[in-house]
Amino acid sequence: MTEPPAESFRLSQLIYDTRYRSLTIQVVAFILIMAGLVWLANNTVQNLQALGKDFNFGFLGSRAGYDINQRLVEYTNDSTHARAALVGILNTLLVAFVGCIIATVVGVIAGVLRLSNNWIVARLMAVYVEGFRNIPTLLWILIVFAIMTEATPQPRDFRGEDAEASMILFDTVAITNRGVYTPAPVWGDGALTLVAVFLASLVGIWAFRRYARKRQEQTGDILPVFWISLGLFFIPSIIFYFILGRPVTLEYPELTGFNFSGGTHLRSSFIALTLALALYTGAFIAENVRSGILAVSRGQTEAAFALGLRPNRTMNLVILPQALRVIIPPLISQYLNLTKNSSLAIAVGYMDVRSTLGGITINQTGRELEGMLLLGLFYLVTSLIISAVMNVYNASIKLKER
Amino acid sequence: MSDTRAHSASYVRETMLPEAEPPVTQTGAIKWMRENLFSSITNAILTLLSVYVIYYVLSHTLGWMLFGIWDAGSLSECREIRDELYGEGASVACWAVLADRWDQLMFGFYPQDLYWRPVLALGIFFVAVAPILFENVSRKLFYVTAIAPFLCFWLIWGGSIWTPVAVALGFVIGWAVFRFGSEIVGALLATIGAILLPILYWLLLAGTVGQGLHAILPIGIEFVDSDSIGGFMLAIIIGVTSIILSFPLGIVLALGRQSDLFIINKSCVFFIEVIRSVPLIVWLFTASLLLNYFLPPGTNFDLLLRVIIMVTFFASAYMAEVIRGGLAALPRGQYEGADSLGLNYWQSMQLIVLPQALKISIPGIVNTFIGIFKDTTLVVFVGLSDPIGFSNLIRATTDWNGIYWELFIFIGACFFVCCFAMSKYSQFLERKLRTDHR
Repeated sequence: MTEPPAESFRLSQLIYDTRYRSLTIQVVAFILIMAGLVWLANNTVQNLQALGKDFNFGFLGSRAGYDINQRLVEYTNDSTHARAALVGILNTLLVAFVGCIIATVVGVIAGVLRLSNNWIVARLMAVYVEGFRNIPTLLWILIVFAIMTEATPQPRDFRGEDAEASMILFDTVAITNRGVYTPAPVWGDGALTLVAVFLASLVGIWAFRRYARKRQEQTGDILPVFWISLGLFFIPSIIFYFILGRPVTLEYPELTGFNFSGGTHLRSSFIALTLALALYTGAFIAENVRSGILAVSRGQTEAAFALGLRPNRTMNLVILPQALRVIIPPLISQYLNLTKNSSLAIAVGYMDVRSTLGGITINQTGRELEGMLLLGLFYLVTSLIISAVMNVYNASIKLKER
Repeated sequence: MSDTRAHSASYVRETMLPEAEPPVTQTGAIKWMRENLFSSITNAILTLLSVYVIYYVLSHTLGWMLFGIWDAGSLSECREIRDELYGEGASVACWAVLADRWDQLMFGFYPQDLYWRPVLALGIFFVAVAPILFENVSRKLFYVTAIAPFLCFWLIWGGSIWTPVAVALGFVIGWAVFRFGSEIVGALLATIGAILLPILYWLLLAGTVGQGLHAILPIGIEFVDSDSIGGFMLAIIIGVTSIILSFPLGIVLALGRQSDLFIINKSCVFFIEVIRSVPLIVWLFTASLLLNYFLPPGTNFDLLLRVIIMVTFFASAYMAEVIRGGLAALPRGQYEGADSLGLNYWQSMQLIVLPQALKISIPGIVNTFIGIFKDTTLVVFVGLSDPIGFSNLIRATTDWNGIYWELFIFIGACFFVCCFAMSKYSQFLERKLRTDHR
């Protein structure tokens, strides 16, 4: 037995020997990337010095000095810039949350109806989807905002016996060019108990459904799950509502002076932004839903019918579970898109995080670098959270193979 | 068997009856309506509801659009004409704003006597993309494709013709080094040289070469500043440039993300994820507020160029994800087959993997293109005047104060036509490239 001849290491092996080549490439890439980063950092330091600026986040603690008309938490112009950023973040999340809910409802309905065998409905939905998909979001936001402010009556049109405009939904909701006024709930004594009862009935529904499924698996009996759930949802809450002496009442908006007062005031900017984003994203979701349903092969439906399942059970037990696997991942990335698109709030003057932290705060303090960095970080964290949720979901529904 | 039945049955028909027409309810429009519009109670309700929606929308817009006024100099003049024609307060559109401000909506503040230049550039662009988009076009047009970027750039911005020539020379150098160098010093060194030499040339020599050539032979056309470019021309310039540039960049990023090399993989993932998770509008503000911080002191270049760079980065990150989807969808056997043929990495990518992966990702790629083209409207927030910016400017003048719908409808229609055409083309391509014979 002789040892193979010990090869001496030659420099050309770094390039031509596949054992070392990847290492060489990586080292070179690393050096180049580091050099680039150092170059950028160096430039930044020099530029900051030339402008006489430093890099610190102390400005977040100083007085903001500007007002925000739409806020979910306490805020005055004496609050700090950090507080203003928080108000902006909450406003962004509010638009994203409401927008996602509306977009899902609209998108699912439009997607299912586009597959309907009703000719005219399918065409109408195609027009909706293509129209929203092929025209920029920004234009839709501006159009909806123009409709909200130009084509709606002024508050004073509601005045008098023969008013030009009237409130809708039994005189409870007023749509004006200054926004929409809706009734606001007033929480009285015992409201907390009512909420607790409502939550308890939700838990009850969940427990009942579990029991019903278990029972069906063991004995084959099918309980009327839907009707019992519906009853559980409404009846205890309504009974307790009257037992506790109507603890929750509604405050209706009323015309006083030149404007409405009372109730909840939804600003035109908020409604325009949310509605336009929801309709826009809804069109994309409709396409996802449609392709998801089409992705389930026809054989599945036919097999289910052959087993004797009824159409609605086929849908619930066979088609939907398979279609959802295809629909949910793009659906979540649409939610992410909606959240990012909410930064278009600038078009209608809605105070989202880009307008507070990335807009007025930057203008007032001159801290572009820090402000944009924090803004970018907020969006990064938000989208990382959403994609983490998506990954968990994907892993849970992944087809278990071998 | 037939005999017995013929005798036992009391009556058997022996002649064929002539074919009868189907009942009225089973033919033509009535049958179609019964099947497609009123097949069940739910469907009937949905049909009536849709008819009502269509009627409501059309009754409010059709007359307004069709009876619109095309010839007026201002909104008040428009209203006078309307009062004369249709009576006081009739609701009709005033399309005259489009006729009056057509030039601005299309070209921005581009000098009026030079409009032929961007139009010619657009024409050249269409000729240049024709051989890429359609197979049955003469292959010779690829020569146009090769020079089109420089020619279009020169036509739009003007200036000395030698500037684009000097830049193009860099590509020629790179190609020549690769072509002839690989025989002399080997493929790897030639590749490195083909990348490095042009970069050195552009950084150090290109400016001097351009100026020198211009001094010897001054040929040039009038220079036009970026500030005067606006309207749809701006949207198309930003859209087309970043779409073209983002495609190769996206492929490189996608390959990097698929790569086994740890550092390259991680830096590509970082780039893609950071760019994708922050909205474009924040990137545009970064371009207009921050880019000067990151460049050597004293550098200051065109806002339009900065915006194009940012949009390109943004688009390439999305493109990379789409292409990565295509790469991942390719069966493992294709990669292994390429390896077993003895192809090296670049050969297997070029010949086996990318052609298939790109084909799978066509719908996604076109969707990204459409998204980028739509997103060019966001540049209005950093002070460039795209069509939406001009609609604001037009509304701010005394002549057209208070005009909304006409401008929105026109801009929307233009975007719709472009984007819809792109999506139809992608469907055509999908059908053409479908090889699974389903």
